[in-house]
Amino acid sequence: MLDSIFKVLLLPEIYLAILSFVCLIFGLYIKKNAFRKTSNFAVLILLTTALLVYLDYETDFANYQNLFSNSSFINFFKFLVLMGSISSILISKEYFLSMKLKNFEIPILLLFSTLGMMLMISANNLMSMYLAIELQSLALYVAAAIKRDSHSSAESGVKYFILGALSSGILLYGMSLVYGFTGSMDFNSINMVISNYDNLNLGLIFGLVFVLVGLAFKVSAVPFHMWTPDVYEGAPNSITAFFAIVPKIAAVALIYRFCLIPFEHSYSEWSQIITFLSIASMFLGGIAAIAQSNIKRLLAYSSIGHVGYILIALVAANNDGIKAVSIYMFSYMIMNVAIFAIILSIKIKNEYLVEINDLRGLSRSNPIVSLSIAIIMLSMAGIPPFIGFFGKFYVFIAAIKQELYVLSILGVIASVISAFYYLKIIKVMFFDENIEDKKPNFKISFQSKIILTITLFLIVCFIFYPSILVNISANLKI
Amino acid sequence: MINWPLLSVIIFLPLIGSIIILFIKEDDVTSNNIKWSALLTSIGTFILSLTLWFQFDYLNPSYQFEEKFRWFDDFNFYYHIGVDGVSLFMILLSTFLTPICILASWSNVKKRIKEYMLAFLFLETVMIGMFASVDILLFYIFFEAVLIPMYLIIGIWGGQRRIYASFKFFLYTLLGSVLMLIAIIVMYRNTESMSIEALQGNFFSFDTQIFLWLAFFASFAVKIPMWPFHTWLPDAHVEAPTAGSVILAGVLLKMGGYGFIRFSIGMLPEATDYFIPLIMALSIIAIIYTSLVALAQTDIKKLIAYSSVAHMGIVTIGIFLVNQQGLEGAMMQMISHGIVSAALFLCVGVIYDRMHTREISFYGGLVKRMPLYATVFMIFMLGSVGLPGTSGFVGEFLVIIGAFKFSSYVVIGAAFGIILSAVYMLYLYKRIIFGEITNVKLSEIIDINTREKLILIPLAISVIIMGVFPNIFLDPMRLSLELIITNYELANVR
Repeated sequence: MLDSIFKVLLLPEIYLAILSFVCLIFGLYIKKNAFRKTSNFAVLILLTTALLVYLDYETDFANYQNLFSNSSFINFFKFLVLMGSISSILISKEYFLSMKLKNFEIPILLLFSTLGMMLMISANNLMSMYLAIELQSLALYVAAAIKRDSHSSAESGVKYFILGALSSGILLYGMSLVYGFTGSMDFNSINMVISNYDNLNLGLIFGLVFVLVGLAFKVSAVPFHMWTPDVYEGAPNSITAFFAIVPKIAAVALIYRFCLIPFEHSYSEWSQIITFLSIASMFLGGIAAIAQSNIKRLLAYSSIGHVGYILIALVAANNDGIKAVSIYMFSYMIMNVAIFAIILSIKIKNEYLVEINDLRGLSRSNPIVSLSIAIIMLSMAGIPPFIGFFGKFYVFIAAIKQELYVLSILGVIASVISAFYYLKIIKVMFFDENIEDKKPNFKISFQSKIILTITLFLIVCFIFYPSILVNISANLKI
Repeated sequence: MINWPLLSVIIFLPLIGSIIILFIKEDDVTSNNIKWSALLTSIGTFILSLTLWFQFDYLNPSYQFEEKFRWFDDFNFYYHIGVDGVSLFMILLSTFLTPICILASWSNVKKRIKEYMLAFLFLETVMIGMFASVDILLFYIFFEAVLIPMYLIIGIWGGQRRIYASFKFFLYTLLGSVLMLIAIIVMYRNTESMSIEALQGNFFSFDTQIFLWLAFFASFAVKIPMWPFHTWLPDAHVEAPTAGSVILAGVLLKMGGYGFIRFSIGMLPEATDYFIPLIMALSIIAIIYTSLVALAQTDIKKLIAYSSVAHMGIVTIGIFLVNQQGLEGAMMQMISHGIVSAALFLCVGVIYDRMHTREISFYGGLVKRMPLYATVFMIFMLGSVGLPGTSGFVGEFLVIIGAFKFSSYVVIGAAFGIILSAVYMLYLYKRIIFGEITNVKLSEIIDINTREKLILIPLAISVIIMGVFPNIFLDPMRLSLELIITNYELANVR
């Protein structure tokens, strides 16, 4: 009996939707400490949702007239999204409080955005996919502009909104073309229709390209990445943390499902586009980041670079590719959680960290913190023995199994380029002396400390027992 | 005989030591505790690694002290370590030089002693682990992890242009090794195996071998370094602190030679055969060109750095002769260079600590004030030149004998390089040690103290021992090298 309840499709989403509204009402009626209480409540909701996803882990079917489906791949990514969103709420609480951003709506916006992402991952129909994307984006547009009196925050919100709306328009147009030429919105039926064609007709190719452009915007792959650095820079740090950690996971899962389910049989068409996006993202991400002095812009370009590697695994389009992307996204999530947990705890003269050069001489005043940043940076650069290396390693295994030699060699060369700016951060912390009396002040809340410890433990110790994650990701079915 | 994992203990003992050091709070009083615990850890590791040598079975060409555990469930990657004749002395070299490095930095490293010792102990772990790996992925992980502590050592405790040097070192070697990663994955894809032991032989088609060989070459040629990939080395050596140069010249360069023996010759014999002329040409250019460059240097450390490139040219000639004398000579030359160049850098460190300059023209007439220093310096200088009775002679002599079987042009090139090495080393010695003291600042310089004696005299003794009794080094490695040569010849018999 209990077992069959958990097997209801979309139970976690329904639960999350209902409780998000409860949370909203709860926030409205609380007078004192509304922000703190709602965000605690939000974390609790997300934790129980994660539990529901976990209990439902094995199911594999589609329902609600095939609007949504469920599979181990979907569940894995939902789990990642929930974990990312929980940790980003936890690490950013202190930041919100000290910046006087005490609107209780913030955690609720993040809840709705998370709900949108979960639906996005499990969408099995163009219509539900579009609605889910809009649900998560609308919440995020507001979140980016939440610091109303700040110029840059409002600017980043508007920028994000305009470009996001543009990309949604392109996406929608592409979808209409796909629908027009296949006569179906459903992923599986599109797949059936396309499998009967010898080659795609022009309209369908146009549709595919438009949809991929829209999705590339969401994962911020070059050349549709322009919004990322600006939005990251302008938004409040903790919202940037959320942007960096969570929506990427969902968008990546969606682009995988979109390419591998409805367009499974037109590999030769979309793989060209994805290959280009991948190479461009890796190189532009690596080269443009070198010139950045703002740490948030740097992390934005770094995430663009990571998307490049993730797309290599998509071009590989085999089971190893799916395994590689799940390991990569897991490592991406924990590395970003860890770095943002640190960034959100460093203050220089009562201002939160912005410039990389403000980290100067950090290794003298806070050796442990700078060691942690160094480990995260080396892991992001893909230097063994840290987890980031294994993400890249699995990506290249998948690529080489598919004989994508050129792409892999370009990939490793780009990883050397991007190693430069990760090393630059280590250089600033360890090699440069602190000349001005700008002493970085590191004050970390208890919750962030726990999250930081867990993530660092995973980054460093993954090598000793990789089999848990590897076994889970090896059995994922898209 | 032994049922506790000796090799793993040797690999991870320095790491445990570094974790202990991590928890010692650093201040003026405890910095001595940090130094002592680092020193004792590394000496303990050295003693343990000596038991490897004593228990080593000379008659067994394959891996000994093996440990093998399943590591990844989905692929055939194992935590598989072992020692054979090739890796035995590389491990001993690493464990021998680390305590010396720590002792050498005893008083001249004044800032961030804790991080310094941490970096060195971590470096020791990854160096030993790399030479002991039998699984290619494990090898690769250690191979790249070496970059992290070395980057920090050059960047934090280095000289004026340390940042440039550390970035150049890191990115140069990283670019080489990522190409190796691709090659490793291709190998795995073709054979479903990651064992260095199982892949010794001829398992790939000729075309595949060519690409794999080039990828491995990119990595090892940068590491060893061969001309024209050597430009990172002078920068790194000059900017690194003394102990950093010691470990760089002593061990890290040997990673390239070790890789050539294991991977290029052991796994890709047909491609090796195809590329031998290229290697010989590059090596001879390296020997002659870098010797001439060394002759023109005004900085002592830079001179020794270029001489390293020249000596490594002899090593690559020896390795790619792929005969008994050549490989044995290359191994001897690597071990000897590991000790001699390390000692030369330490000698430079001795006078640098006193005068804070490495300009050759600054010095002169040191024999008047520092007779003991002049003596040990002479031993190492002669070892570097390859005088009979020192370690350098054995390696160069064997390589030249082996080269006669291959081509007399190579012999001429190698021999010419040896003459040039005598020219620049003796010229250096003359300018620094002999003559009258003309620089007034040198009139008060004092001879080496007890700590420096403790560092330099064991090195001097081992230079002589290696020169007089080379067989205690050659016997353990003979059968392992023979196995590699047999595999190579079997593959190229057609």
